[in-house]
Amino acid sequence: MSNSIRKWVFVLLVPIVVLGILGSVGGAGHKLPLQSANVDVHDTASLQRGFKYYVNYCMGCHSLKFSRYNRVAEDIGLNADNGFSEDDVAKLLKEEIIFTYDEEGKQTKTGELMKNAYSPKAAAQAFGTSVPDLSLVGRSRGPDWIYSYLKGFYLDPSRPTGVNNIVFDKVGMPHVLGNLQGWQVLEHAEGEGEHHGAPKLVLQKPGKLSPAEYDKMVRDLTNFLTYVSEPAQLSRYTIGIFVILFLLLFFGVAYLLEKEYWKDIH
Amino acid sequence: MAAYPRTTEATGILGWFDERFPIIETWKAHMSEYYAPKNFNFWYYFGVLAMLVLVIQIVSGIFLTMHYKPDAQLAFASVEYIMRDVPGGWFIRYMHSTGASAFFIVVYLHMYRGLMYGSYKGKRELVWLIGMAIYLALMAEAFMGYLLPWGQMSFWGAQVIINLFNTIPVVGDALSLWIRGDYVISDPTLNRLFAFHVAAVPLILVALVFVHIVALHTVGSNNPDGIEIKKLKDDKGVPLDGVPFHPYYTVHDIPAIAVFFMVFFTIIFFIPEMGGYFLEHANFEPANPLKTPEHIAPVWYFTPFYTVLRAVTLAPFAGTLAMFGAIVMLFLLPWIDRNPIKSWRYRSTAHMINLAIFAAVFIVLGYLGVKPVTPEFKEMGVRMTEIYFLFFAVLYAHSNTAKPGRYLIWYIVLVGAVLLIDFVRYNPEDAVSAKQIMWQWVWPVGYLSLTLLLPFLVRRCNAEKPVPERVTS
Repeated sequence: MSNSIRKWVFVLLVPIVVLGILGSVGGAGHKLPLQSANVDVHDTASLQRGFKYYVNYCMGCHSLKFSRYNRVAEDIGLNADNGFSEDDVAKLLKEEIIFTYDEEGKQTKTGELMKNAYSPKAAAQAFGTSVPDLSLVGRSRGPDWIYSYLKGFYLDPSRPTGVNNIVFDKVGMPHVLGNLQGWQVLEHAEGEGEHHGAPKLVLQKPGKLSPAEYDKMVRDLTNFLTYVSEPAQLSRYTIGIFVILFLLLFFGVAYLLEKEYWKDIH
Repeated sequence: MAAYPRTTEATGILGWFDERFPIIETWKAHMSEYYAPKNFNFWYYFGVLAMLVLVIQIVSGIFLTMHYKPDAQLAFASVEYIMRDVPGGWFIRYMHSTGASAFFIVVYLHMYRGLMYGSYKGKRELVWLIGMAIYLALMAEAFMGYLLPWGQMSFWGAQVIINLFNTIPVVGDALSLWIRGDYVISDPTLNRLFAFHVAAVPLILVALVFVHIVALHTVGSNNPDGIEIKKLKDDKGVPLDGVPFHPYYTVHDIPAIAVFFMVFFTIIFFIPEMGGYFLEHANFEPANPLKTPEHIAPVWYFTPFYTVLRAVTLAPFAGTLAMFGAIVMLFLLPWIDRNPIKSWRYRSTAHMINLAIFAAVFIVLGYLGVKPVTPEFKEMGVRMTEIYFLFFAVLYAHSNTAKPGRYLIWYIVLVGAVLLIDFVRYNPEDAVSAKQIMWQWVWPVGYLSLTLLLPFLVRRCNAEKPVPERVTS
């Protein structure tokens, strides 16, 4: 064997052995089939709707304690670029978004963290579990999970809240958006032997929104939570492209420099 | 070195300094008149890249320390404060988190380079040992740093590691209590690990890197041909196959650094979590001592050794010993691999197969370590662990190719050892495990057949090539 063939045998042997060994056994367990949330954190209209839905439907229990109201507003397009003055934004936030007050009755300031007054103790009493802060749920669970979760509630009389969830079994949370979505039931499709078909959610009693409208609302909420989990994602892609372009250029120059020095070494 | 007062050819400011500190001499010894072999290839970039990552980690770490709060109540929130409210904080943090993984990638490649080209041979044992000490310090540094964000994986990962000390007979409980500073991982644990992470271990790391390079420059760099370039010198005493490190290798390394940065910054700006491997999803939940995550996986760079730990179930302490034993074996490499030929290029095909399978097995061990245990994966972890340790025996057997008959003896002994372990482990009542034992023996036995039986039967696979006098290409 010549040395260059030998080299390739060596290089190829490693992945072949890895894939050969791992391919000999099945994968580990099955994963929940999640629906694709297909969010776009650059869609500011969607983020603004999501922001509004969140403070109206979710924030009574779930804080976003690492985010600040005015920062969120700035990031999701309520800013000077779109013709909103600082005063406009403050007015908007105070009228439509901020619902909390301190002990003296003064409304929470726009630069404060998005905390709420719901104590973990009260939550534990009401739901038998703690109510998590959702600042990072977009990273710990991911957008697809949030989207599927919000669409995954179904009626289950065995649960204290009357509902269960297809991606979060025995969840403590009631179906807050039930009146909007309507109420679903879980149906097992008929199948051969012990194998049922995949369980399916069927809308039993329609809500105020059509399924398409509800999907859109849930997508907006998911989009907002995805943004909130990492505000930096709005800018990092753009910066990244310039960094890589610079490095390509730099590589070219550095490569030519190397060739220039090494041309007389042989 | 000349006695003071020094005489120097330099004048002006440089001369002023050179009379008081050996600037020119040091520059010459380590840069402009340090002769490195001219045939370095791709694998020789990872040393300089490791130093680059060390600098990235120190600088980004200093900036993180300015905003981070080592307090169990505040730590998690302070990391989010860095991510959201500190200008450019997310960039600093991603530099540091990506840097940690990048450090291990370049160090693993750097170490494997040593294995391929026999870089621990020819008076380079100390270079190797110091390098291994750096690797140990790096693992300690990474482990301690991972606790600091105080997420769920920080907490439960540290729980697993610190509990390893519990398994030590007699003193275990007292030792782990002493390490934690509490009965559970808590604020004192966080504080002391922070102290080690930002002060003690970095100091040790930097000192060891310095010593690593001094030792290397004393014996001289190895190369892909495994030839000692100092053997052939011209009349000025310059090695015929050497080029001055500066400017040749300094300019040679710059494009490589650019390529490295492209990969590094692509991760930082586009995929900072790297699919949950560089930043684990579960670590975005704050540490909760009352809620054990359903699946605890260490960060990827520890998982090969984590699989070894999980594979040895004889007794808890045996698992801990196996895990540390897996690292100790690497320390001993210069004394295990006694073959006088350094580079795999001139060694037997069986040796090449041995190296390739070792790399593959290390990757499989790592993969298994991030996965939940299933009966198949559990048995596979045992088998890969067996091959991991068998590798060193085979490497020793390959030290002398002149007597291939010995391979047969080695083969019988090692296959016998594997089967003996199976015999002890086999329990017909545990049908699921028994079934896995009954077929997965093919991995270690197949491995031994390829590396010992093959060169015994097919002598061409045992043939070594003459090492040339001068480096090739």
